[in-house]
Amino acid sequence: MIERSHVLICSGSNCVARGAKSLRAEFEEHLSNLGIRHEIKLVNTGCVGLCEQGPFVIVYPEGVFYALVKSKDIKVICEEHLYKGRIVERLVFDEALTENKEVKAFDEIKFYAKQTRIANRNCGLINPDDIEEYIARNGYRGLGKALLEMTRMEVIEEMMASGLRGRGGGGFPTGLKWKFAYNNESDQKYVICNADEGDPGAFMDRALLEGDPHSIIEGLMIAGYAIGADKGYVYVRIEYPTAIEKLKTAINQAKNLGLIGNDIFGSGFNFDIEIRLGAGAFVCGEETALIASIEGGRGMSRNKPPFPAEKGLWDKPTIINNVETLANVPEILFQGAEWFAKIGTEKSKGTKVFSLGGNIKNAGLVEVPMGTTLREVIYDIGGGIPNNKELKAVQTGGPSGGAIPPHLLDLKIEYETLHEVGSMMGSGGMVVIDEDNCMVDICRFYLEFTVDESCGKCTPCREGTKKMLEMLNIISSGHGTLEDIDKLEHLAKMVKNSSLCGLGQAAPNPILSMLEHFRDEFETHVVDKKCPGGKCKALIEIFITDDCIGCTKCVANCPVNCITGTAKQLHTIDTSVCIKCGICKNVCPVDAIISI
Amino acid sequence: MKSLDDLKKIRDAAQSKVQMRGKNEGIRVLVGMATCGISAGARPVMNKFVEKIAEYNLDKITVTPVGCIGECAIEPIVEILQGENRTTYCRVDVEATERIIKEHLIGGKVVSDYVIGKYRL
Repeated sequence: MIERSHVLICSGSNCVARGAKSLRAEFEEHLSNLGIRHEIKLVNTGCVGLCEQGPFVIVYPEGVFYALVKSKDIKVICEEHLYKGRIVERLVFDEALTENKEVKAFDEIKFYAKQTRIANRNCGLINPDDIEEYIARNGYRGLGKALLEMTRMEVIEEMMASGLRGRGGGGFPTGLKWKFAYNNESDQKYVICNADEGDPGAFMDRALLEGDPHSIIEGLMIAGYAIGADKGYVYVRIEYPTAIEKLKTAINQAKNLGLIGNDIFGSGFNFDIEIRLGAGAFVCGEETALIASIEGGRGMSRNKPPFPAEKGLWDKPTIINNVETLANVPEILFQGAEWFAKIGTEKSKGTKVFSLGGNIKNAGLVEVPMGTTLREVIYDIGGGIPNNKELKAVQTGGPSGGAIPPHLLDLKIEYETLHEVGSMMGSGGMVVIDEDNCMVDICRFYLEFTVDESCGKCTPCREGTKKMLEMLNIISSGHGTLEDIDKLEHLAKMVKNSSLCGLGQAAPNPILSMLEHFRDEFETHVVDKKCPGGKCKALIEIFITDDCIGCTKCVANCPVNCITGTAKQLHTIDTSVCIKCGICKNVCPVDAIISI
Repeated sequence: MKSLDDLKKIRDAAQSKVQMRGKNEGIRVLVGMATCGISAGARPVMNKFVEKIAEYNLDKITVTPVGCIGECAIEPIVEILQGENRTTYCRVDVEATERIIKEHLIGGKVVSDYVIGKYRL
């Protein structure tokens, strides 16, 4: 019996965290009760991207997008939609219905209309635990083409012609990296997939590993063939248990079919893949530290050159590619470099996946062609800023990147353009910051992270990041001077120029870019002793305005009982007791509580 | 995996697993599956459609249960949508299903014995 309908349940970690795990069992139960279990195929897929509206259930052939699905909704979906064919309109994602209540096609939904999904081509569409579904979507054909129809050099030339650049942040041309390793003669070479995604707020690689692990395996094998390596490692952090599990399943399935092993496709090419688990140190995303970690050493970076392509893992030529980079590789070989090179801009080809987060309506995973503007990503795809707030900045590149002010929103996303305005592509974190945030506070957040994650090997990074954080704390506490800001900038530049590896070299970026675009905000902290974003506790007082309706919500929620007032009377805060935690602001239904 | 042909075999066999997901531009078979349709016997009809379409390997035809269109007396109702063309069949049983598949979906000719015009003007 062929199933008449496919029910796709998003099982990416974000949806699971929102309760998607129980949905499948509910479907099983209700479909069985209705006697139609055998007619419906249930598929657990990877991330569909629109995490803010998850968990998602998508019903084919109609292509109905059910959003924010709870386990109690499943009964209705089974009884009404799957049994009687009546779409449950109240559960459909609002942007997926037309004005006439008709179901929109996937690519007509605003969130997806401007996206081009190459790396994420199978994410949310196939069952990652079933290799046949990947093969049905032309999986492993790129590998077949490479092994049987192309020489190793032709594969490298194809990658160079495609213009693919490293998606981990650096943007180094992938083909060129492969060529270096190809040219270094050795009895043994290695390829490594860098899945040590560590930026706060970034989850692109996790979604890919969970949703389409075979694309990464295939990409790694093509890289191995190109440079002449028969051994590959996937270095993934233990903080990604689902990703590791999916990857293990995928590797086993590929081994069972003989896609990993000896004499693949009868070409004489042998390949084996091993997973290596990292403990989650940010510095292990840096390639030399990653290699040290795989070798069993402490995760610390070393000087380059020699580059890994010359002397890498166990001193053998090694290339390290990021998850997203490798996910693009099979599709480039299958569809051709020319096809890929048509997408994007002159210097940045293809697409980039971003994890959109912060103060944004449709937080989630988006993949856009290079050259798309920040405005399109934030307003057209992301749906804009919630609660009618003003946009203050867009932070890209996580703790290694910088903030971009609103007047640069029409900037086209490319490696170079982002770099020119003091930020960077990074691995793809994109945090939208609204007017209620303080730039000094955000700098402190990122610096706290880099202070924690610095490996301690070189002085500029180990001591410099710590001193920069201390200076930010002084500014935030209201004891800073204008001179302190200059000193901070001076130190930031010094750390940037003298640190050993990318972690230290990029750690000052948040400070430098915020000083470039938001210097006045730093100055307000030291001159007027005010925090315009209302976040630096030492510089704010919390007040209740005349808008207060006397609902007593703030009184009930205040942890230090400093708010007095009876029902329907204007409340007051005893500022000598107030700890400025801001809980009252969050619970106030009429926004009558302000911080100055 | 000893050759590319092995991969292609798996691929072709697995096509049916994922084909349904995506944009469906082919023929749509809508089966009325409200309470009236179900009680008149729409479920075996729909199952027959699904079964036969798979059996004959008819690409790009999807079967969808839909709600009641208001003609409860002449259920089960099956509609065939092909671009702008809509054909409405009434009182469809398993036997009629076979004819609709053979004559209409494969042959491209409307089975006039069951069209709604026979029952309603």
